[in-house]
Amino acid sequence: AAGLCPCRAVLARRGGALRALCGSRRGLAAGPETHFGFQTVTEAERREKIYQVFESVAKKYDVMNDSMTLGIHRVWKDILVHKMNPSPGTLLLDVAGGTGDIAFRFINYVRSVRERQLQRKLRHHQNLSWQEIAESYQEDKSKSLGDSQVVVCDINKEMLKVGKQKAQHLGYSEGLSWVLGNAEELPFDDDKFDVYTIAFGIRNVTRIDLALDEAYRVLKPGGRFLCLEFSHVSNPLLSRLYDLYSFQVIPVLGEVIAGDWKSYQYLVESIRRFPPQEELKAMIEDAGFFKVDYQNLNSGIVAIHSGFKL
Amino acid sequence: GRARLSHAEPRARDARSGEEEEEEDEGCYQLYPGHIPTSPLQKALLAAGSACMALYDPYRHDMVAVLGETTGCLALPNLRDKMKHHPEGYRILQERPRIRLSTLDMARLRGLPDGSLGREYVRFLEDNKVSPDTRMPPKFVDDEELAYVIQRYREVHDLMHTLLGMPTNMLGEVVVKWFEAVQTGLPMCVLGAAFGPVRLSARKLQVLATELIPWAIRSGQNASCILNIYYEQRWEQSVESLREEIGIFPPP
Repeated sequence: AAGLCPCRAVLARRGGALRALCGSRRGLAAGPETHFGFQTVTEAERREKIYQVFESVAKKYDVMNDSMTLGIHRVWKDILVHKMNPSPGTLLLDVAGGTGDIAFRFINYVRSVRERQLQRKLRHHQNLSWQEIAESYQEDKSKSLGDSQVVVCDINKEMLKVGKQKAQHLGYSEGLSWVLGNAEELPFDDDKFDVYTIAFGIRNVTRIDLALDEAYRVLKPGGRFLCLEFSHVSNPLLSRLYDLYSFQVIPVLGEVIAGDWKSYQYLVESIRRFPPQEELKAMIEDAGFFKVDYQNLNSGIVAIHSGFKL
Repeated sequence: GRARLSHAEPRARDARSGEEEEEEDEGCYQLYPGHIPTSPLQKALLAAGSACMALYDPYRHDMVAVLGETTGCLALPNLRDKMKHHPEGYRILQERPRIRLSTLDMARLRGLPDGSLGREYVRFLEDNKVSPDTRMPPKFVDDEELAYVIQRYREVHDLMHTLLGMPTNMLGEVVVKWFEAVQTGLPMCVLGAAFGPVRLSARKLQVLATELIPWAIRSGQNASCILNIYYEQRWEQSVESLREEIGIFPPP
């Protein structure tokens, strides 16, 4: 089904929609229908195709992100972690965290918060003897993260592999774990995590409602859900420019840099297919989260949705 | 047939959710397996990007291929017409032979006498450890017949090496590119011929400039169109007699 042109996809999609209206009592053997970019596929096909996309782009994932967004994706991810404002001792679950961008930022943030804590503590202890200061410094140093931990969970082995290599290369080891898992069915117990993040991943999940339910399940009461994802631009002029850039430039970048046009064509199509801000907010509320809100970045090219389990 | 490129963005109403979808219609038909329809802007960007990437990383053969496809809009129809007006070329266009390991009888070719096209071709493949199956299929050519022409050109490239007696190192490739540039007029060959030598040492450049390039140009100009030879039917023919027939001068 790869390579179907958009025209045929429109007809197929209309056909698919009608079939869905007639009800799944027809019992389509291959499963309910959904979308893969602008094509119509079954859910099973979609999962398989998306797995292949990320398997193929894993090695060039970071390079491509930098080229496509001119490095701006780093700023978006920084803003996400700043919004999270984790304190030492936080347990983070980063889903679809593949190459580890959010996990590393989390570790950096917590480390610097911890350092500031230690500095403040030292300043208060200035009347102690050198011996006592050195001792207290030693025992605090061994907990540079202050018991914070991040679990990176991804469904794709290749992405995890790249992430692990990156961690080794950059020197991240403490407080970091890598787990192979499916966002729609997380391999974790209930009420485990303080924060759940999913950055540029929820778009690739086939059943977003299931992923949101799982997020609710594994978060502790009081836990926070944060989602960073491409969203919809309402400004008409910006929207046209964004579309032009997305459809004309990004697949070309994919071909030139990664030798893979189709995966990046899928990427820009999947952004257009993803629910806009308000709809996603409603879905998050349906999963049981409270105080659900979103923050647009760059006029809606990207949005951060946040919710709390109370 | 030609692909119809349109920039229309139809808004399709999804009956299920009432969502409005905007699509970028970049071409309505996939003309052959592997075809990716592209707009003129995309072709221009691809041409520029692939040229830079091919220079930056010479091992990206796919970029050289993409450059050839996106810049060949004038040269390819030319080549196709040359083929159409030649009896053997016309037959090739009709029968569309492919040079692949699965279609070649390697054992039989190996058994042919030394100096024959088949034997020398197999020797070339083995010495340089290359295979005809690594040629990229065309993706961005918007005409199915022209896609075959460029595919044929790629598959015949190894035979060019054999006929010109050039190995697959940088020097040999540049020489073949000069020959092909003169023969086909493909901008990709011209660019490859012009920029390829950039990565060569001074000594090699000298040999290139004084002996090899003049010979390649003379041969290219003298020779008839290399795409008009049905190589698959000439395996038994000796390399020398084929060179004479085409008009390639003996290599220095």
